[in-house]
Amino acid sequence: MDIISEIERERMNELLQAGKRIDGRGFDDLRPIKIVPNIVSKAEGSAEAWLGETRVITGMKVSIGQPFPDTPNEGVVVTSAELSPIGSPSFELGPPGEQAIELARVVDRGIRHSNFIQRTKLCIAEGTHVYLLFLDIYILADHGNLIDASHLSAVATLMTSQLPKVEVDEEGNATILEEFMPLEMEAPPIALTFAKINDSIVVDPISTEELVMSTRLSITIDGDDTICSMQKSGSGTLTRQEILDCVERACQIVKKARSVLPKR
Amino acid sequence: MTTLVKPQDLVVPGQLLAKGDYRCGDGTYKEQQEIFASVVGIAKVKGNLIFVVALQGRYNPKPRDIVIGTIIEITMNGWLVDINSAYPAMLTVMHALSRRDASRANDDLQRWYDVGDTVIAEIVAADRTRDPLLTTRGRGLGKCRGGVLIEITPTRVPRLIGRKGSMISMLKSELNCEIVVGQNGIIWLKGDPDHVVIAIEAIRQIEREAHTSGLTDRVREVIIMKLSDKRR
Amino acid sequence: MTDSLEKEKLFDEKGLRLDGRRVDELRPLKLEIGTLSRADGSAYIEHGRNKILAAVYGPRELHPRHRAIADRALLRVTYRMGTFSVGERKRPAPSRREHEISMVIRQALEPMLFLEMYPRAAIDVFIQVVEADGGSRCASTTVASIALANAGIPMRSIVTGVAVGKADGQLVVDLSDLEDKIGDADVPVAMAYGRNEYTLLQMDGKLSKEELAKALEMVEGAIETIYEKQQQVLREGFIQIREEISESEEPSSDEGDVPDTEIDETDMESADGD
Repeated sequence: MDIISEIERERMNELLQAGKRIDGRGFDDLRPIKIVPNIVSKAEGSAEAWLGETRVITGMKVSIGQPFPDTPNEGVVVTSAELSPIGSPSFELGPPGEQAIELARVVDRGIRHSNFIQRTKLCIAEGTHVYLLFLDIYILADHGNLIDASHLSAVATLMTSQLPKVEVDEEGNATILEEFMPLEMEAPPIALTFAKINDSIVVDPISTEELVMSTRLSITIDGDDTICSMQKSGSGTLTRQEILDCVERACQIVKKARSVLPKR
Repeated sequence: MTTLVKPQDLVVPGQLLAKGDYRCGDGTYKEQQEIFASVVGIAKVKGNLIFVVALQGRYNPKPRDIVIGTIIEITMNGWLVDINSAYPAMLTVMHALSRRDASRANDDLQRWYDVGDTVIAEIVAADRTRDPLLTTRGRGLGKCRGGVLIEITPTRVPRLIGRKGSMISMLKSELNCEIVVGQNGIIWLKGDPDHVVIAIEAIRQIEREAHTSGLTDRVREVIIMKLSDKRR
Repeated sequence: MTDSLEKEKLFDEKGLRLDGRRVDELRPLKLEIGTLSRADGSAYIEHGRNKILAAVYGPRELHPRHRAIADRALLRVTYRMGTFSVGERKRPAPSRREHEISMVIRQALEPMLFLEMYPRAAIDVFIQVVEADGGSRCASTTVASIALANAGIPMRSIVTGVAVGKADGQLVVDLSDLEDKIGDADVPVAMAYGRNEYTLLQMDGKLSKEELAKALEMVEGAIETIYEKQQQVLREGFIQIREEISESEEPSSDEGDVPDTEIDETDMESADGD
């Protein structure tokens, strides 16, 4: 049942006024992050990410295909997310809904607009052969903040993935070889999501906080400390000052998050 | 008549518990003259009754149970209450308000209970052919104001209460908190914030160690230790 | 099932299978319960290279309400494969194969459940294949059954699945992916072992009457092994907590007696215990 009891709402407000959160964290504290890479041997890359109790797995499959006509020398990365019912009693079967689509798109944009993976590095033969990377995100347990957890597992998947080498002969036939190579990449981007509850703004909201938040702001910070994507959602509003404050806080928090990603 | 399990044995579904002329209670079933477990739990024998105390499972509404629920909908003649079971429960105006209030409550039900309110209620009827019926008329029943709500596995509730209420009275007296335990696993606590935190930790310990011996004493020791730490 | 001329060898010169197993030997098996934190009951299995999660919700209110059955609960089972669980990326939309497997698993579990205890309600089982290998429907049945037990759903018996078949001319249990693909016959089976009842039976390929009889005899041996493991994992977690506590309390007595593990009288009582 997605109705929060009035008692819990009041208690959370009281705590926030006193500068505390319902699970004892400070406003800028992330839950503990744990990454388990290479969990699926049939995938070219995979990783499980834990953000507190929120748990997400991502797997990557690779195929060879044609580039889009307007970007003949760039590979393609397709990100999708499945909110399967194994992750929460409120997820339902069926084609991806609004939430799953937004989730996949926010993760996708955070990676796309960063310097993390250069798409030109995914080109095999200009105009004819490029790598197609399919990143599929599955939520195993939703305890809040799916965006940051999904982003972490997607980034960790790319960081530990292996691409099959490909040979293209003169007639333009591609052969996938048995050899593998790691992806070339820069420092990874990190997504950080803030929730606004009354006048308080906290990072990495848990489910109960999400039920009472009016607005959510996700900010992706690239490896060079620039902002590479943002997404505001929810029916509330933010002031300019609040937005800038969140960005400032994100730049501080991101340092902690980076230290737990797998080393390359 | 033979029993094939020792008392306190952990049994699994399909496990043969006894042969012969036993009565079978909760968590068991009988085929011909054999009694089997139907859930994972602790087997018990009392006289000629055999039952299994389940370790997991949703709450099954039973008449006279006290439950704690959240109002999820206001209907024509009352409220729909989520009580953490397979079925939402009905609370009718008749079972919620005094006759005098009920006669003038018709058009403004949310004045009494609004969506999101938490109520302590008693189950009046539950026969599985229709949704369970609740009442909030009675001592200690009605809307919860303030305090904290937590949830435990409903199968651990009897352990939290203890024989003749021994465990829960110990918690209340050691910590001087108001604690209401719903049979559906929802618990409402109110009192000194530090004490409430200790009470929640104690309840979590009881939930985890429900199937072990000497629990009341162990929990009391932990509480006394934490209280003396606080005072230091 | 190909009957091609250039048949691949599935046994080595010692008569062992390509992965080193004897004909009646199971692949490595690992079971776990309570894996998924948001589900009412859950379990995880690794069987060979299969990695499968099962989540159970309910008994809970059924939506849409018109599907409710007046005198029993509706059991819904969904088997889904992850896009990256197989060699080629699987398309995300459910395939006809996934729909059929969902149905046979449901029918393998249903006969053992006391659904009549929860009229009008729903019991939902979601099975997610993270990595697929041969025999995923059998492994799914095995894991779904203990997830149901973990959710406290009353049942007559646990259900256990495993496949038997014929590969390279010999009967083998628990077929690997390759033995399944190029073997002569594949017979996925699930049983309520203690009750001697089959709840799932399919077959692809060719077997003689005699071979089938022998195959079922072999498969029951394999099922017994898995069934033991299922029972063990359902008990394990709780026994572990008991042991932790009795260990930490052990010293205190001078005689060095093992403390009485009998639960004291302030004990859990069944609501209708008297």
